[in-house]
Amino acid sequence: MNTLIDIRKLKKHFPIVGGVLRRPVGMVKAVDGVSLTIKRGQWLGLVGESGCGKTTLAKTAVRLLKPTSGNIYFDVPDEVKAEIEELQSLGRNNSKLNSLLKENDLATFSGSRVRLFRRRAQLVHQDPFTSLDPRMKIKNIVAEPLTIHRVLSGQARETAVKELLQTVGLSAGQLNRYPHQFSGGQRQRIAIARALAMKPEFIAFDEPTSALDVSVQAQILNLLKELKSEFGLTYLYITHELLIAESVCDYIAVMYLGKVVEMGKPEEIFHTPRHPYSQSLVAATPVPDPKRRVGRIVLPGEVPSPANPPPGCTFHPRCSRASQECRELSPALELVGNDHYVACFHPL
Amino acid sequence: MSDWKFMARQLVKNPLSLAGIIIISIFVIIAIFAPLIAPPPEGHLDHYMIPRDGYSATPKLPSEEHIFGTTEGQYDIFYGVIWGTRSAFRVGLVVIGIVLVTGILLGSLAGYFGGIIDEVIMRITDIFLAFPALILAMAIVAALGPSLRSVMIALTVVSWPSYARLIRGDILQVREEDYIEASRGIGASNFRVIMRHALPNAIYPTLVMASLDIGAVVLTAAALSFLGLGAPEGYADWGQLTSFARNWIVGPSSDPLRYWFAVTIPGLFILFFVLGWNLLGDAFRDILDPRLARR
Amino acid sequence: MGNLIRIRDLTVRFYTYEGVVHAIDDLDLDIRQGETLGIVGETGSGKTMTALAILRLIPYPGRIESGSIVFFDRDLHSEIELLKLSEDKMRSIRGNKISMVFQEPGAALNPVYTIGDQISEVFLLHQRRELGKRANKQVDRLLRDGDGLAASIKRPFWHWQKRLYNKIAQESNPFEPRFLSHVPLFRRLLWRLKNESKLLTVDMLKDVEIPDAARVAVHYPHELSGGMKQRAVIAMALACSPELLIADEPTTSLDVTIQAQMLELFRRIKVEKGASVLFITHNLGVASEVCDRVAVMYAGSLCEVASVEELFLHPSHPYTKALLDSVPMPGKELQTIPGALADPLNPPSGCRFHPRCPSATPVCQQEKAKLKEISKDHMVACHLF
Ligand SMILES: Nc1ncnc2c1ncn2[C@@H]1O[C@H](COP(=O)(O)OP(=O)(O)O)[C@@H](O)[C@H]1O
Ligand SMILES: Nc1ncnc2c1ncn2[C@@H]1O[C@H](COP(=O)(O)OP(=O)(O)O)[C@@H](O)[C@H]1O
Ligand code: SF4
Ligand SMILES: [Mg+2]
Ligand SMILES: [Mg+2]
Repeated sequence: MNTLIDIRKLKKHFPIVGGVLRRPVGMVKAVDGVSLTIKRGQWLGLVGESGCGKTTLAKTAVRLLKPTSGNIYFDVPDEVKAEIEELQSLGRNNSKLNSLLKENDLATFSGSRVRLFRRRAQLVHQDPFTSLDPRMKIKNIVAEPLTIHRVLSGQARETAVKELLQTVGLSAGQLNRYPHQFSGGQRQRIAIARALAMKPEFIAFDEPTSALDVSVQAQILNLLKELKSEFGLTYLYITHELLIAESVCDYIAVMYLGKVVEMGKPEEIFHTPRHPYSQSLVAATPVPDPKRRVGRIVLPGEVPSPANPPPGCTFHPRCSRASQECRELSPALELVGNDHYVACFHPL
Repeated sequence: MSDWKFMARQLVKNPLSLAGIIIISIFVIIAIFAPLIAPPPEGHLDHYMIPRDGYSATPKLPSEEHIFGTTEGQYDIFYGVIWGTRSAFRVGLVVIGIVLVTGILLGSLAGYFGGIIDEVIMRITDIFLAFPALILAMAIVAALGPSLRSVMIALTVVSWPSYARLIRGDILQVREEDYIEASRGIGASNFRVIMRHALPNAIYPTLVMASLDIGAVVLTAAALSFLGLGAPEGYADWGQLTSFARNWIVGPSSDPLRYWFAVTIPGLFILFFVLGWNLLGDAFRDILDPRLARR
Repeated sequence: MGNLIRIRDLTVRFYTYEGVVHAIDDLDLDIRQGETLGIVGETGSGKTMTALAILRLIPYPGRIESGSIVFFDRDLHSEIELLKLSEDKMRSIRGNKISMVFQEPGAALNPVYTIGDQISEVFLLHQRRELGKRANKQVDRLLRDGDGLAASIKRPFWHWQKRLYNKIAQESNPFEPRFLSHVPLFRRLLWRLKNESKLLTVDMLKDVEIPDAARVAVHYPHELSGGMKQRAVIAMALACSPELLIADEPTTSLDVTIQAQMLELFRRIKVEKGASVLFITHNLGVASEVCDRVAVMYAGSLCEVASVEELFLHPSHPYTKALLDSVPMPGKELQTIPGALADPLNPPSGCRFHPRCPSATPVCQQEKAKLKEISKDHMVACHLF
């Protein structure tokens, strides 16, 4: 499997404006130095509690937000990335580096280059009740990408829209309805149809089932599975429910306060988590099976504000293993097993 | 199109909005058929100039020949109010039309892009809004020289800032919605996002305000004409007709209500015109209420 | 264990423009003393309405059509038919003997009062006797220990206070304190009541594991995180030591680790306070963690009630089975339920689940199954049994 997306040291900080003059008085470090690769055909799960920067990371990766710093390579050959790294390590601001970055680094794209990139990567929003324009008919919503990129028009477009709706399991007879006439699950299907319209290679899902019922969630998850194998898609799937991540994803990244603290295969994350946070996350997940009850670890305290993260390892105020080192230094992601990375000084 | 049917049913269901529709329709008919209702006399060059029957200052009572009587200077009131309906529509629609276009353009630029563009546009509106509207309008008319066109320019200048602010506020709100981001996510340009998604979801309060304002604009124009800052003498214009009647509001002491028609009839036309638009505006507000529209 | 609440044939309907919404149909449910009973089900299955029906708080176009809800009062050793109670009596039960915690912690808190004020308000409203008793003890201590000049001046006032607090502790709504509370200056005599309620409030906040309770008590709701707010709301609900605590999706808006803290808290409440808890959730995992027994609802009717182990290990109703199968679990093929949720305006005839049920028989279309006990403590409403 070759790499499709390579995110390197990505940061996204939001200014906090305050005072009469509306000057920035601080920064919300929503994503604070994340490096992540997504292989072609992978279904990557991104888990973490609310406010840890999952949405921001996904939106930055598909360039709905402009990163504060860092690189995003989308389908760039390894040699080119290596060359850029090398030039960067030389440190000087030379024109070759700049032109290479301009050519390959998604983080530097703007205007029409970003819009062209939209054909290849899509995002499905969390809340299907707000992500569809309430004053537009379904057929126009699904056809909009085709219209914008001028790929199809007239009768062909209408046929394509019908096919798309059928692909996601909606009947073509509902073309002329408005979003409010659909249930949450149906709306999420419409949003997925819109994302599929341009035949993208990559789709990021931002908690697409968190607003839906369990039985509808199962339908959507099964739909995603089918679509993935049918179109050979690559997924970034955000969720705060570990059970979903464990049962559908190929690989999982756990985030805490703007950083990835652990990455690994689902079985490993769930049965042998190495980071204390992942461990308590697993333990805190309620499982509808009285037999499979892991020992309860109730994590004390709450997630600190990303505007003012603790020094050192951001998890140390809640960590039972924290040492002096943890309070001062920030641990980096390190390989601890087969494709298993942990950012912790005292992994389990 | 069940949405339109739904709206139409809502409009007709409410007696007040129905009254508004009827009043405005009557005015529209009057305006369209003005040449038939009050045919201009033979050889009359400018149809908007009210024909006069002599030069005496004293108004004449309604009679066979002048069914609403004549006002000061022997201008025929009937002819004046009928053709004045056209002037009223012209002032109201042209002013509101220009104001809407300017307001929507500047307001949506300011709201959507924010930052420095927003800052500049909003400071300009602040400057305009710092003056009392009527005083500013009078100053502009006085500077341009009294004419119907100056009145229209003046009214446009004083009204656009509030439209720009209103639409900016609504765009600002809509801009944060997920579906705006979603449409950027499928590659829509800023222009398309504004035109296809932001405006359609933000424009209704502004349209409601516009329909309420048509009446207000006509009323202000009439006020300016009443102050002698409007149409040239003899032009068919309700404000001017009331202005002619200024000295005849109270008649001779023996019969104080003798010249009632001179001020009351043009006044009633203004009243009903403004009332009609207000009722219609309220009705629009009710049916365009998002809570209803989403149903 | 005896019952605390016995619901029989409860039917709730909403009369709306679009038609009659069948929110709850012929519901039979018992809540036992000291147990945590879970209600699980998808959106619109009638979980919230069941809870609101117990409190007689069904919102406007809705009406309790028929049925009975009997409440067994532990203190009075009597049965109370809640649906026939006067509104006045009902009010003295709400927030006192039966209290409720809602999904959105913000909704139950008034943004303009501090957390402490809001909780002490509950004490002042429902627990005057207890407060009177405590204040009385304080005055007693002063009368006993106080000496010196200041004490001898204050002594007559203390005696007066003692009389007042005695009355409050013994009678319900006595005249003298009530009168004095409206008279400026004299109302200061009652200050100890408020003081005691503040002390109780801080105890209560400590009880729900709020760190630094005294400091949190003077905070406004918006200054607290979601988890803290929910704790404060629970403290408020527990203030009067209710016999039944109803919690409507209390952890849905919280994060997993905070949710785990809350579940721990609910387990403790049950053990320490001996209160029954009606725990409403759509999350089957949460239900299996905190509940002793679980009831499954679908489209306004009850499908199955059983103890946790029994329900999750031997689910019997086809809907319960399907629901459990649609929960993503590692190493398990995700099953879906065909079709969509029943339309509450035109619910299917017979068994509400029959259009989606894999084992539906012709009789399912015509007749609603009665709740049957298929094994000890395991009730199912299905024609297969
Ligand atoms: N547009 C924004 N402006 C300022 N702060 C933001 C913005 N978007 C997100 N944040 C902040 O960034 C942090 C991470 O948010 P988000 O990525 O939405 O987290 P998640 O999706 O994991 O819940 C939060 O503290 C949030 O308040
Ligand atoms: N205010 C209301 N008007 C009309 N129907 C309502 C109202 N409130 C609730 N309902 C209906 O009552 C049923 C049960 O709702 P509820 O108890 O809130 O479900 P749950 O809590 O299980 O999600 C639903 O079908 C819902 O449509
Ligand atoms: S680095 Fe230290 S504080 Fe951070 S998770 Fe590991 S042990 Fe805990
Ligand atoms: Mg998010
Ligand atoms: Mg509910």
